[in-house]
This record gives sequence, C-alpha cells and structure tokens, in this order.
Amino acid sequence: MKRSCLRELIEARAGRRSLTLITALAGDRQWIEYEEALPGFEPSDPKASTSDLAEDPSDVLGSLSAPMPLRRAAREALLRGKSERFEYEGEAFFLEVMHPPLRLFVIGAVHIAQSLVPMAALLGYEVVLIDPRRAFATAERFSGVDLRIDWPDEALSVAEIDSRSAVITLSHDPKIDDPALRIALASRAFYIGSLGSARTHAKRIERLSAQGFTPDDLARIHAPIGLAIGARGAGEIAAAIVSELVATHRSAKDPISRKHRS
Amino acid sequence: MTSQNAEKTPTPAPAPLDARLDPLQVAERWLQEGRIVALATVIATWGSSPRPVGSRLVIDQDGCFEGSVSGGCIEGAVVAESIETIRDGRPRTLDYGVSNERAWEVGLTCGGRVQIHIERIEG
Repeated sequence: MKRSCLRELIEARAGRRSLTLITALAGDRQWIEYEEALPGFEPSDPKASTSDLAEDPSDVLGSLSAPMPLRRAAREALLRGKSERFEYEGEAFFLEVMHPPLRLFVIGAVHIAQSLVPMAALLGYEVVLIDPRRAFATAERFSGVDLRIDWPDEALSVAEIDSRSAVITLSHDPKIDDPALRIALASRAFYIGSLGSARTHAKRIERLSAQGFTPDDLARIHAPIGLAIGARGAGEIAAAIVSELVATHRSAKDPISRKHRS
Repeated sequence: MTSQNAEKTPTPAPAPLDARLDPLQVAERWLQEGRIVALATVIATWGSSPRPVGSRLVIDQDGCFEGSVSGGCIEGAVVAESIETIRDGRPRTLDYGVSNERAWEVGLTCGGRVQIHIERIEG
C-alpha cells in the first residue's frame, strides 16, 4: 500500500465517507471507490449511474484506473456492505468495504455517562457528549471526548446524525432531553434511547405526541433504555445500554436468551 | 515525558481512543516515527473464525504489533511473515486453519480458517 493511500483512507474515515478499497493481491495496485460515486447515491442527480463511471476514479497510484468490472464489483460490495475476494481476468482482488466509525451522541453529562462514554469508545464509537450545564460537562469528568457545552438544539443537527449514529438521552430533564429527541427522531439514527422509568417515558411520549410525533416515530425510542440484564448502578446500566446498542446494530434476534453465537 | 518537561508544559490530553486503536492511524503514526510498517488484513474467513474480514494487524520491522487478526492464535506467525514482507517488499497471501500441518503451532483451535493478506506500506 502506498502511503498516500493510507492517508486517503484515514482522511475518508475522519470525513465519514464510506468506500471500497480495491487491492490486487499480487502486487502494488490499489484503488478507492467512494460511496458518493455510487449510482443513485446523490438524489439530485439520478443519471449519475452512467455519467459518473466516465469520470476519473480515485486512483491511488495516479496512473491507471481500475478496470470497469472491478469498479462495478466494488460498488456492489459497498451496496451489500460486505467485503469479499473477487477474481478478474484470472487475478485475485480484495474488495474491502470500509465504513466510518459508529457514532454516539450522548445527551446529559451525568454519572451514567461517565461509564457509558468510555465503554462506547472501547467498542469503537466516536462519542459526542452534549450538556448545557457547565458543572456537569467538564473536561475533567470527560477527557478525550468531543464535549459540547450547549443545548442540544444548538449542539446537534439532523444532518450530522447519519445512519451509523445513535442518540442517547440521559439527563432526565425534559428541557434538555426533549429537544435532542426531536432532532434524533427527524434523523436516520439507527438507535435512539432514553433513560428513565416506564412512568417517565409515558410522560415523555405524551409530550412528544402533543408535538406531532406519531406512535411509529416514538416506537423508535428504546425506553426504558438497555437490555434487561438486571443492571444496578451506573457501570452495569451503561453495560446494559451498550449491549442494546450492539444488539440493535447487529440486528440480533432475542439477544437476552441467546447464550451462544449461532 | 520526563519530569523536567512535565514542569514546563501541561500534560497533553490523551489522544482519542479511536486514534490509538484504529490500525491505519497506528500505521501512519509509526511511519511518522520512521518505522517500516506492514499491514496484515483478514481477507476471507471460513467456519468459526474469531475476527471478521477487514480485521487488521500493524507490524513494524522489529515485530512490534498492534491490532489483531485472530484471537491471538496466529498473530505470532503473521508477525514473522510480515517481517519478511517488510524485508523484501513482496505482498503475501496466507491461509491459516486447523488443517495446517503446524496446526497447534500456528493454527486456529476454534476450527475455523482465515486468509490473511500482508502488504508493506511504501514511502
């Protein structure tokens, strides 16, 4: 791999771009096929499927383009979300689908967040922590995290919550949690969770319903949050929450009762 | 950091965990330190292999490594092969599994098979 390719992959990850890395197993040919170039990816340009194939591909070696069948296979792998080996003209290639890290937006720099944030980071999540209360949201309590000391409607936008993002509210305070939930419900977040008892959640549902959210919308909110593992205390509750995150991301069936990976 | 430095400058915030764990960022950091670096990547799996396709190990010329391509069963062998790739620049594609003759030495006790591609990072 060329160092320029390594750097491009790192930049793509930072820029949250999905891609397929095409590697010739025999030698030094490697290309990057970005998701943005996928047919139909850009809704404003439905004809992209044919025209963009003629554009210069991202060619890491700066000389030759990847043969078109390879580019097509790379795009198909990206659409399926599955890396695979690929044979082309008797040569072996590896098509590696690479996604940016999952992201977790935590609202409420509370005690549970102090356990949840490092656990999620260990699972590979990029964590953003939001709380307008300076006393809670301190760098001392949360080092090395993207800390946004602001109200959720200022610190959070629908656009940045993509389909590889989760939003969790922990503050218990409707003034802080509800605006974040409104933004999350308008987003493509794969997971939305809210801390609070069944009673607290019933009131939350009432408030959000009154603001026009449908039962289908509100069913996206995992509450009470976390898998039912009998968690007690901040650390165990955080473990229940990250377990539910994983189960949701991996579409696990019946995650509590299953003891073995099938 | 020496204690002398610590007096002059405040302790820098630790790098985000992501930057410490992402093998590609580890590789870039090692290259900046002047180390020669190879990447080993799981490109195919069969059966109950412990790490999914795309898992990576970063290796330097001294055999230091970060990341993983198995549950620890074949890392030693992959590191040894990677040092060869660092020496001669040739990429390698290797199969590991219990059917391997050196099963207990460099095989997967879980019964799975993995294919690993090793490449050197060039200038």
